[in-house]
Amino acid sequence: MDAEISLTVDGVPRRLTVDTRTTLLDLLRERLGNTSPKKGCDHGQCGACTVLLDGERALSCLALAVAHDGAEVTTADGLATEGELHPVQQAFLDRDAFQCGYCTPGQICSAVGLLREVDRGWPSHASADLTADPQLTAAEVAERMSGNLCRCAAYAHIVPAVQQAGGVQP
Amino acid sequence: MKPFAYTRPGSAAEAVREVAVEPGAVFLAGGTNLVDHLKLGVARPDLVVDVRTLTSREITDLPDGGLRLGAASTNSEVTADRRVRERYPVLAQALLAGATGQLRNAATTGGNPLQRTRCVYFQDVTTRCNKREPGSGCSAVGGYTRYHAVLGVGSAMPDPTAPETCIATHPSDMAVALTALDAQVQVLGPAGERTIPFGELHRLPGDHPSRDTVLEHGELITAVDLPPLPSGARSAYRKVRDRASYAFALVSVAAVVAGEDVRIALGGMAHRPWRATRAEALLTGGPLTEHAVAHAMEVELTAAQPQPGLEGGNGFKIPLATRTVVATLRDLTAEALR
Ligand SMILES: Cc1cc2nc3c(=O)[nH]c(=O)nc-3n(C[C@H](O)[C@H](O)[C@H](O)COP(=O)(O)OP(=O)(O)OC[C@H]3O[C@@H](n4cnc5c(N)ncnc54)[C@H](O)[C@@H]3O)c2cc1C
Ligand code: SF4
Ligand code: FES
Ligand code: FES
Repeated sequence: MDAEISLTVDGVPRRLTVDTRTTLLDLLRERLGNTSPKKGCDHGQCGACTVLLDGERALSCLALAVAHDGAEVTTADGLATEGELHPVQQAFLDRDAFQCGYCTPGQICSAVGLLREVDRGWPSHASADLTADPQLTAAEVAERMSGNLCRCAAYAHIVPAVQQAGGVQP
Repeated sequence: MKPFAYTRPGSAAEAVREVAVEPGAVFLAGGTNLVDHLKLGVARPDLVVDVRTLTSREITDLPDGGLRLGAASTNSEVTADRRVRERYPVLAQALLAGATGQLRNAATTGGNPLQRTRCVYFQDVTTRCNKREPGSGCSAVGGYTRYHAVLGVGSAMPDPTAPETCIATHPSDMAVALTALDAQVQVLGPAGERTIPFGELHRLPGDHPSRDTVLEHGELITAVDLPPLPSGARSAYRKVRDRASYAFALVSVAAVVAGEDVRIALGGMAHRPWRATRAEALLTGGPLTEHAVAHAMEVELTAAQPQPGLEGGNGFKIPLATRTVVATLRDLTAEALR
């Protein structure tokens, strides 16, 4: 069954007719040709499909496109502005935070969302004091990034990259 | 995936009416469980009624000093709320111990307690499963039981062909905390509104393993209310799992200590969050020494039935639950328990 929806993807307004079964991930990849979000597991277990949905990190494989009519979606592909890399992208390059790169667009979107969450004082399972301002320690980054698996195990470089992007000397 | 119609009605009442008259209709909230089940073929609805924007997303103060969590508030928003973190740490900790940042941003207060079991056979449509297909049997008995129940099951090795057999556990961390907090569930149904004590929301399998809760078809959760805790109350959640993060509980404990009053809820042990009422009764008023807590838990767990199975079955949960309760209460009453 079809439905008509509007979305803004990486700043570009789109109007599309979609089958109600289409996930945001399949819409981005198959309909719009934006292959930066990856289909790792398609079941919410790996984080490779992470995008920013109305500014917050989300799994595009578990989001039905019809349920997000009117949403603003930002993929890793849309993070750079006027040829300038996003600070998280730059940090991943500086810190050599990937090997094959398959998980990287998801890691980067997740890190962008994470830094905003920390800025707003959101706690995590690694926060000893739930009411104190969270610090971007390695343990905090590891816990907050646990939804992004890396088959190449580049974790040892991903954690400092996220810390650098967050303005903390790893 | 089977085709389905999708609708987002104008109001919660309209959504309830639409689901109530259509046996093949389901509610959709954050979608993190339902969309997975659509893909797996575990859920095969004809109509998906999106309620994510129809219930309140606000967290508001109640006149009695408690808090109301609108059903559409996300798990992230609840843990970010300062009142929740300060007054109900057990709830914030339970939510933060579950899933991941991305999932918590989508998962909702209404959807989280209604997520379905993670029993591997339930999720695999090629196997027999009374919960997914009533009357087909239970593939978990004698199979992979590591994440399965030890409480509320009739025996070790129930009859795998009997239509009432189900040894699944409820996977929600949030639900365990809400059980210990004596939360109240606000429900809107075709017949009007009702309030369900959170501890009565989930069922044991009984004769109908396919039913996880007492909600009738078409009943919508609109909010969850947290009653005020007495001043000086302390609460905590402790979760034991196979990985340090991003894993469901093997065993978890939500505990509230308020003066003489002790409340203990267990996760990963039964088909529903398990309120340890026998242990609570033994501990109320008494000193919470390590010995007293361990003894109370042994009494609580006398009826436990370890399920044999692959990788040694799940008998390890019985001593693990006792140790986890002891550790949780020790942390909560740091001085008293030495
Ligand atoms: C990889 C992975 C790991 C996870 N790890 C954990 C974990 O460690 N701990 C944990 O607790 N959870 C975990 N989860 C589960 C997650 O917390 C749930 O999927 C989520 O909370 C469900 O909420 P939702 O809003 O997305 O619900 P949906 O998927 O939208 O709905 C779930 C069910 O509730 C019904 N429903 C939704 N809202 C209402 C309402 N208001 N009234 C009546 N019915 C309603 C739907 O019809 C559906 O049956 C994990 C999930 C994944 C994918
Ligand atoms: S334990 Fe319950 S959910 Fe799992 S296979 Fe048996 S009947 Fe199905
Ligand atoms: S593809 Fe979405 S989490 Fe793996
Ligand atoms: S860099 Fe290869 S999967 Fe992460």
